[in-house]
Amino acid sequence: MSNIALIAATEAVSGNLNAIGYGLAAIGPGIGIGILVGKALEGIARQPEATGVLRTNMFLGIAFTEALALIGLVAGFLFV
Amino acid sequence: MLGLGNFLPLSGAEGEGGFHAPSTEEFFPGGLLFIGTPYEMSRINLIMVLMTFVIVFFFISAFARTRFVPAKLQNMGEIALDFVRINIAEEVMGHEGRKYAPYLATLFFMLLGFNITGVIPGLQISGTSVIAVPLILAFTSWVIFNVQGIRHHGVVQYFKMNLFPPGVPAPIYLLVTPIEAVSTFILRPMTLTIRLLANMMAGHLLLVLFFSATSALLFDGQGFLKIFGLAAYAMGFAFTLFEVLVAFLQAYIFTLLTAVYISGATADEH
Repeated sequence: MSNIALIAATEAVSGNLNAIGYGLAAIGPGIGIGILVGKALEGIARQPEATGVLRTNMFLGIAFTEALALIGLVAGFLFV
Repeated sequence: MLGLGNFLPLSGAEGEGGFHAPSTEEFFPGGLLFIGTPYEMSRINLIMVLMTFVIVFFFISAFARTRFVPAKLQNMGEIALDFVRINIAEEVMGHEGRKYAPYLATLFFMLLGFNITGVIPGLQISGTSVIAVPLILAFTSWVIFNVQGIRHHGVVQYFKMNLFPPGVPAPIYLLVTPIEAVSTFILRPMTLTIRLLANMMAGHLLLVLFFSATSALLFDGQGFLKIFGLAAYAMGFAFTLFEVLVAFLQAYIFTLLTAVYISGATADEH
């Protein structure tokens, strides 16, 4: 790529890299929470009497998984 | 990329009309009371004080004259306290949970009260969306689970239990011990803080963004842009309802994790 094309390309792209960073940080936890809740629902459907325990553990799992996405969000604000 | 700012005139120096993109400045409003003293109080501080009074007033009026057959308000108070005791404390710690129910209940209702102000018209910002509140609460929880763990097991046994989990070959401890140390003593309070703060911050920014876009698109937008203004309003409304759920969920998760940490610190090895 010639220099002129490169400069043109960099000028055409504007905005904040933080947004892309947060987007990347959200991929993993997104998939993780999906799997987690899906499995918990599967468990509840198979064994409705275990709903209480499963729900508590599901929220725990969500809290741990979600932390990564939220740290990504905070990092976007911090490392400007 | 095309942002909303490309379509609309950005707000002028007067600050009237146009599109205001929300920023973290939202969380540092100017002082309102005691200006110039070290006790300067901003809108957020006043909201915290107000909610503290609301919570205290609710529980005092619910339990001031307790009856054997509870009346309306006492019923509500009992259901609220039972939720924390049964669904959080006893669910996680079993019968032992009763001991910690007072702290957990305080934590839960303080968080719920402070979180919910994010969607109460006229207040519109959560007390927990500034780092001081989550940080202090996470620190309190951290102190409590460590102190209870040490009191239950003794200093040496407590740190041995946390840093050297049994059933691991000796050389692996080189790897496991630092990880356990960081995750138990540093990451736990840190994630408690960040989880709550980031949730409430993101929720507030989201609502500001939607309603700011509504106002900008409806009043300054041309033609078809006004329709997007209505869509933005609908989204803002939907997210307001979502924020009610988030306020409750974050209070629940913070309390639940505190209970889990205390239970882990005081559990006997099997």
